[in-house]
Amino acid sequence: MELQKFYYDNKIVSKFIIATMFWGIIGMSVGLLLAFMFLFPNVTDGISWLSFGRLRPLHTNAVIFAFIGNAIFAGVYYSTQRLLKARMWKDWLSNLNFWGWQAIIVGAAITLPLGYTSSKEYAELEWPFDIAIAIIWVAFGANLIGTMIKRRQRHLYVALWFYLATFVTVAVLHIVNSMAIPVSAFKSYSAYAGVQDALVQWWYGHNAVAFFLTTPFLGLMYYFVPKAANRPVYSYKLSIVHFWSLIFIYIWAGPHHLLYSSLPDWAQNLGVAFSIMLLAPSWGGMINGLLTLRGAWDKVRVDPVLKFMVVAITGYGMATFEGPLLSLKNVNAIAHFSDWIIAHVHVGALAWNGFFTFGMVYWLVPKLFKTKLWSVKLADAHFWVGTLGIIMYALPMYVAGFLQASMWKQFNPDGTLAYGNFLETLVEIIPMYWMRAIGGSLYIIGALIGVVNLIMTARAGQKVTDELAEAAALEKVTSKRTSKEAYHTWLERRPVKLTIFATVAILIGGAVQIIPSLIVDDYIPMISSVKPYTPLELEGRDIYIREGCVGCHSQMVRPFRSEVERYGEYSKAGEFVYDHPFLWGSKRTGPDLLRVGKKYTDSWHLNHFYDPQSTSAGSIMPSYKWLIAAELDKSDTEAKMKAMITLGVPYTQKEVNRAQQWMDEQGTEIEKNLYSDPDFKRTYEADKLRAKQKGEPFLEMRNREVVAMIAYLQRLGTDIKVKNAASTAVSNN
Amino acid sequence: MFKFIKGNLENIDGVSIYPMVSLMIFFLFFVVLLWWVFTAKKDHIAEVSNIPLEDDTLNTNEPLL
Repeated sequence: MELQKFYYDNKIVSKFIIATMFWGIIGMSVGLLLAFMFLFPNVTDGISWLSFGRLRPLHTNAVIFAFIGNAIFAGVYYSTQRLLKARMWKDWLSNLNFWGWQAIIVGAAITLPLGYTSSKEYAELEWPFDIAIAIIWVAFGANLIGTMIKRRQRHLYVALWFYLATFVTVAVLHIVNSMAIPVSAFKSYSAYAGVQDALVQWWYGHNAVAFFLTTPFLGLMYYFVPKAANRPVYSYKLSIVHFWSLIFIYIWAGPHHLLYSSLPDWAQNLGVAFSIMLLAPSWGGMINGLLTLRGAWDKVRVDPVLKFMVVAITGYGMATFEGPLLSLKNVNAIAHFSDWIIAHVHVGALAWNGFFTFGMVYWLVPKLFKTKLWSVKLADAHFWVGTLGIIMYALPMYVAGFLQASMWKQFNPDGTLAYGNFLETLVEIIPMYWMRAIGGSLYIIGALIGVVNLIMTARAGQKVTDELAEAAALEKVTSKRTSKEAYHTWLERRPVKLTIFATVAILIGGAVQIIPSLIVDDYIPMISSVKPYTPLELEGRDIYIREGCVGCHSQMVRPFRSEVERYGEYSKAGEFVYDHPFLWGSKRTGPDLLRVGKKYTDSWHLNHFYDPQSTSAGSIMPSYKWLIAAELDKSDTEAKMKAMITLGVPYTQKEVNRAQQWMDEQGTEIEKNLYSDPDFKRTYEADKLRAKQKGEPFLEMRNREVVAMIAYLQRLGTDIKVKNAASTAVSNN
Repeated sequence: MFKFIKGNLENIDGVSIYPMVSLMIFFLFFVVLLWWVFTAKKDHIAEVSNIPLEDDTLNTNEPLL
């Protein structure tokens, strides 16, 4: 058979590595700034685009899609070419993938701090970016599958199956979850409402973890661990079982993010059952990765690459043991909304994704630059500082989560809450937030040491060039099974069929859970007293979304005695039918807000936004002074209402027509209420007078953003507080 | 969007066998998977698992002839 010569594209790999480390440092630094905001809440006082709520999605997106995303592409582009003995299909697709992805990241880094967000976790980017992501993702997939078609290696190694599953599933998840009606260039409303939106979002959110943070990295593990240890994977058979069972089961587990919420019980329980089953394939994979090092453990002592990988796989094992544990309803009742979850995700991100990326990059960079690692000692230092950082981050967060959740549930003998003021439970865990910030700092110091080491390695080496390789062309064989060829062996050389089967495997779970929520009329029991938001409340809700309030405040009172006592009546599915998008949240750094309506006066809210610590001593909420100064943009209100009508919210044409007048009336009412505070009256009148004397235009309070926000907050959860309980036809799910 | 298939779903005769069907799909999925894995040929497995370790690079940076 004639040998063919060809070049592996190494330049694209090195570009992705540079992007990985660059965005890694940025994403982690934003995270560190956020960690310090727990300790110094007013560190960016008055700067809207540096406020906690707006930076949190920037941190999560930068780490997941910029740091880890670029690492995935680097590893996939390197290993795919070698596993298939072929250059990537099209150079222009590789470059489109690279530059398109970086452009999206830059766009995210600009728009998220400006408050353009859909508020759906890990899918915050607005609709133009959603379209761009879909295009770039398809370019990646086309390049991957194109390379498979022109490969010189008959059988597709298991790593490639994981890459294929990643491509297909992320595409499906992204498209379904991003369905929205655009209102303007950077504003849209989710096509789903309330419970349905929550179900779709966490089907996406959970599987973003599964198919963006897990399957591609498992593929990388099956390539780079054997490479680094110089021995084949422990059990290839186990890897096959691992692959099919993991993708088949993972997709069902999303509802475990919504336990004790208003999601129907059958869907919650389905999520629990599959989450527990998930332990088997996850640990199968972990064991397969670790046992690949059998007989090579002495190398782990000296090789920093293997050190990083061993801790990474161990972190994967811990996080995937914890996941099923957290899915048990009794454990979830404690952990949900608390810092326990923050610990859990950071074990995954810092250990599994972060450390695996570092190990892979330490292996790749010397290869690409044809040299040796500049300093093994420095890499060891990175390893130890980083490991200490992970421990210092995770342990205090476990303690904080458990402590705070226990305090939330503590009762006095007379039946009242032991810690009735939410802030009492927060003050207790501030020391843990300090330790977390120190742990995070250590991790970043480690990463910076790594960057220095990698730069020095690259400088000592040669220029990255495309690498010449030689392999025999693939002999034509029939598309049918050859004699004695087993079924899966045949499937392994049919990439398109393998892709289709993998797609079927992942679609079953999603379809079973989501389609009933969309097609069954009585899926959500309607409550007659629940009405759409007024135009001013709708505008206020959009500000709530813009400021990222959902990052710290849930709107989901779970049916526990402790929560009903603290917040009020537990949430009903029918209360959220007009919520496009849902705002249940996933973390309570501050108290739940579902029943905050009418709990405080309008003046209290104004003072609280101006200086949270003045109304709530010890609060770590930043001030929102810009809401009080800024004019409310009412130019899109009618368009927003019309978009809502398209989505099934029953606004009448008459209501749309009188939207401006309606907002003015409700705003004036709130302004009047604010006058009951003598301090407000004095300063506001003084401001007005000063403007008049200087001949400057004066912005009436009723036209400012804070009034819309107050209108929304005062409405929250009040629809079912009607006098006649019987009129709220609530039925159990 | 799903309105047109909704009626059909609800009016299926014997819709109650669906849980049994889904259990069977689930069960058979794993039976077939394990059956394949345990009957796979050893030499094939050895061959495939060594793919990452094959080195076909020529270790030169000279251009093609």
